[in-house]
Amino acid sequence: MNEQKLTLKDLIKSKAQEFGLPRLIITGFLLLLLVLSPIVGADLPTQISNIINRFSWNGILVLAMVPMIHSGCGLNFGLPLGIISGLLGATLSIEFGFEGPVSFIMAALLATPFALVLGSVYGWLLNKIKGGEMMIATYVGFSSVSMMCMMWLLLPYHSPNMVWGMAGKGLRTTISLEGYYTQALASFLQINIGNLTIPTGALLFFALLAFGMWAFLHTKTGTAMTAVGSNPDFARSAGINVDKIRMISVVMSTWLAAIGILVYEQGFGFVQLYMAPFYMALPAVSAILIGGATVNKASIMNVVIGTILFQGIVTMTPTVMNNMIHLDMSEVIRIIVSNGMILYALTRKTEGTR
Amino acid sequence: MEKAPLLEMRNIKKDFNGNQVLSDINITLREGEVIGLCGENGAGKSTLMKILFGADVIRETGGYGGDILINNEKVSFQSPFDAIAAGIGMVHQEFSLIPGFKATENILLNRESKKKSILSDLFSDRLDTLDRNEMNRIAQEAIQQMGVNIDKDMVINDMPVGHKQFTEIARELSKKQLKILILDEPTAVLTEKEAEALLDSIRGMSKRGIAVIFITHRLGEILSVCDRVVTMRDGYVVNETPASETSIPEITSWMVGRDVADTGSSYVTEDIGKDKRTILSIKKLWVDMPGETVRNVNLDVREGEILGIGGLAGQGKLGIPKGIMGLCNAGGEINFDGQDIPLNDPRKCLDASFAFVAEDRRNVGLLLDESLEWNVSFPAMQVQDKYLKKYFGGLIKWRDDEAIKKVTAKYIDELKVKCTSTKQKARELSGGNQQKICLAKAFALNPKLLFVSEPTRGIDVGAKALVLDALKKLNKEQGVTIVMVSSELEELRQTCDRIAIVSGGKVSGILPAGEKLEKFGELMLMNC
Ligand SMILES: Nc1ncnc2c1ncn2[C@@H]1O[C@H](COP(=O)(O)OP(=O)(O)OP(=O)(O)O)[C@@H](O)[C@H]1O
Ligand SMILES: [Mg+2]
Repeated sequence: MNEQKLTLKDLIKSKAQEFGLPRLIITGFLLLLLVLSPIVGADLPTQISNIINRFSWNGILVLAMVPMIHSGCGLNFGLPLGIISGLLGATLSIEFGFEGPVSFIMAALLATPFALVLGSVYGWLLNKIKGGEMMIATYVGFSSVSMMCMMWLLLPYHSPNMVWGMAGKGLRTTISLEGYYTQALASFLQINIGNLTIPTGALLFFALLAFGMWAFLHTKTGTAMTAVGSNPDFARSAGINVDKIRMISVVMSTWLAAIGILVYEQGFGFVQLYMAPFYMALPAVSAILIGGATVNKASIMNVVIGTILFQGIVTMTPTVMNNMIHLDMSEVIRIIVSNGMILYALTRKTEGTR
Repeated sequence: MEKAPLLEMRNIKKDFNGNQVLSDINITLREGEVIGLCGENGAGKSTLMKILFGADVIRETGGYGGDILINNEKVSFQSPFDAIAAGIGMVHQEFSLIPGFKATENILLNRESKKKSILSDLFSDRLDTLDRNEMNRIAQEAIQQMGVNIDKDMVINDMPVGHKQFTEIARELSKKQLKILILDEPTAVLTEKEAEALLDSIRGMSKRGIAVIFITHRLGEILSVCDRVVTMRDGYVVNETPASETSIPEITSWMVGRDVADTGSSYVTEDIGKDKRTILSIKKLWVDMPGETVRNVNLDVREGEILGIGGLAGQGKLGIPKGIMGLCNAGGEINFDGQDIPLNDPRKCLDASFAFVAEDRRNVGLLLDESLEWNVSFPAMQVQDKYLKKYFGGLIKWRDDEAIKKVTAKYIDELKVKCTSTKQKARELSGGNQQKICLAKAFALNPKLLFVSEPTRGIDVGAKALVLDALKKLNKEQGVTIVMVSSELEELRQTCDRIAIVSGGKVSGILPAGEKLEKFGELMLMNC
C-alpha cells in the first residue's frame, strides 16, 4: 500500500521532471491569465479563439525549426530566407493575377523553386562552416532581408494592388490580401460558436505538415538526419553523406518557412514586406525552445506545446493587463512580454549534451 | 592509537531512477596506499569513483546516500572543483581533455602559471598573461615523472589514444595538493610496455604519500602495484584482501561469483593457412592518422582467417583500419575479392561488406544520446536497408521499430550487455557494456570482412573471453575474415591465426600466433 503511493508520487515527479520546471511555470502562468481574464472583464471565448488563431498562423514557422535541429545545424536563425521565398511566391501570384483561394495554391507553388534554390545555397554555406552554424544563419537572415529591402523597390511589379499609388512602381510595405487568399485555409470548415471561432482548415493544414514531418523522421533518411545531428562522425562511419543530409534539412526548413509565412498571411490578411521577415525568426526560435526543444533535439510535441505557450502568453498578457489598468498599453506590453520570453528562452540551458 | 585514514567511504548507496547500482559500500584508504578496484562490467566501479569526485551526473540523477570522510571530516562535494580543492584527482575512463588544445595547456588547464602585467595590476588578475616557459617546465616535469615520451606541444586531436591517456595522468600529477588519485582504467588503451611505465609512476606516487585508487581489468597489474584488492560485484563490495595474499583466478572468481574455468587457451603455432586464397590485398597504404601514421603497408589477408595486427602505440597499427575504412585520409591500393576498393569513401567499404569497430567508441563508435536500438541497427539500416518496411515500391522506407528491437535484444542477450532495456541511452551504460554495443553494431552488418580495433578495451576478464569467443564463432561459423588490431599481444595470440607486427608505419613481419614472445618483441622494435 505504502509502496504503491510512493511509486505514484515518483511517477508524478518523474513526469513533472520530464515536462520541465520552466514549462510548468509558464503553463501555470498561462492558466492564471485564462482564469483572470473573465474576472477582469475580458471575454474568455474571444481570448481562446485568439490563441487558437495565432497558433494556426505561427505553427508551421515553428515547425520549420525541426529539421535543422535534427541534423545538428542548430536553431534556424536564417528563417527570413525561407520567408522571403514565401513572399516572392505571394507577390508573384498576385502579380500574375490569380485570385481567391487559387492564389494561395499558386503562391505556394511559385514559392517552392525559390525556397529550393535559396535553401540549397544556404545549406552549402552552412556546410562550409560547421560549428558556427547559428551565427552564420543569423547573418544570412540579416543580409537577405536587407538585400530584399532593395529588391522590393526595384523588381518590376505592376499590379496596382501592390505598388505605391503615386509612383506606380515599387512594392508597398503592407499589401492587403482581400480578394486574394485571406482566410483561404481558415474559412474551410470553420466552426463558430458564439464568440469562439476555430479555423479548422488552417489547423488541419498544420496537422498535415506536422504529420509529414513526424513521418519523415521515421523513415530511413529521417533516421539518418537525427543520427547526423547526434554524432556526425558516427553517421559518417556508417556510410552517411553528412553534407547531403544537412543540405536536405536546410532545404526542408527553408521550404517550410516559405509555406509557413503564406499560412501566416492568410490568417493575418496582409502580406508584410521589407523588414517584416526579420522579426519572424526570434519568436519561432523562442517558441520551440519554450516547447522544450534543445539545440539538438526537437519533437513535434515541442512545436505544438511551444507555439501554444508562446502565443498564449503574448496575446493574453496585454489583454488582461489592459483590462486591469484600463489603459491601452497593449503594444508596449506585447513588446515587453514577447522580448522577455525570447530572452528567457535563449538564456535557458539549451545546449543538449553533446 | 592508529592514525585516522585519509579517506573513508561509509555506506555509499546510489540508484539511477530506482535501478540500484551501489549498495552499502565501505572503503578506507590510507596515505600512500594503492588499492585496486576490480569487478565485472557494470559492477559500479566508475559510478563509485564519480561519487567520490563530485561528478555532475551524480547530482543530476539525485545524489547518493552515505558519507565520505577525508581526514575524519565529512565532506560533500558539490562539483569536481570542490573535490580537486580537497586534493582528489581523477583520470576518467573516457577522456576529458580539450581537443583543440596542446598537451601543456591541457595539463595546466585552469592552473596556468601567470605573469603580472600593467593591465592586470590596474584591473584584475583576469588580465594576467600566461607564463609559457613556466608552464612548459611544469608540464615537462609531470611528463617525465611518468617515464614516457610525449610531445608537450602536440594538440590533443593529433595524439594517439595512449598519449591522450598519459596527458590526462600528467594533468593530475602536476597538481601540487594531490592527495588521492583515482585512475579509472588508465591502462585499457596502453600496450604492456606503456602500462609498465605507468605502473612505475604509480609506485613513485605511493612513495610520495599519494594514495591511489586504481581500476583495471588487467588483474596482473593490480597484483603488481596494489597493496590491497577490493572486489565489487553488482554494487556490493564482496571482498577485500591484501594483494600479496591472492591470485588472479581467485579475484576472478570473486568478481564473477563462481569459479571461472581456465579456458585452456591454445595457440596456433604454425602457419596453417598457406594454401588459402588472398581475399584482401593492401598495397603501399599510407594513412594520415594523427599520432598513428601509416607510411607504407603491404599486407595480404587470407580468406577466412583471423589476422592480428600488433605493435607499440603510435607505430601505426590503429591507422590501418581507419585508413582502409575511409575515416582518415589515405592513399594506396586496396583490392578485395578481385575488386578495387576506392579509399576515403566509407560508403564504398560498407557496400563491399566491410565492417569496422573503432577504438574510440565515444567519437565514432556510438550515438551516446540515442537508444541502444538505434546504435545497434543504424549502420545495417542505412547501408543494407535492413530493418525497414517498404511501401509504394520502396518509395517510402519506414523504420521497423519492432525488428530493430528484436535484433538489439538478440545481441544484448548474446553479448550479455548489462542494461535496463533496449531503449536505454548508450551514454548510461558502463564503459565495457558500451564496447559490447559497438561490437553488436558491426555484427548486425553481417560483414564479409570485419576490422576490430581494441575489441576488448575496458571489458572485464569474464566478458573478454565472451567477446573473443564471439569473434571466433563469427569466423568459424560464418566464415567472416577478421582483422583484429590490439595492443594486448596475449589477446592476439589467443585469438588469431597470424599476427602482423607494425612498427614505424610499416609491417615489420608476420608470425604465426603461437611464435615465441621474443620474436614479437624483436619485430616491434625493428623500425622505431
Ligand atoms: N547516467 C546513468 N544513468 C543510468 N544508469 C547508469 C548511469 N551511469 C551508470 N549507470 C549504470 O550503473 C551501473 C554501473 O556502471 P559503472 O559505469 O559504474 O560500471 P563499471 O563498474 O565502471 O563498469 P566498466 O568496467 O564497464 O567500466 C551500470 O549498470 C550502468 O548501466
Ligand atoms: Mg567504468
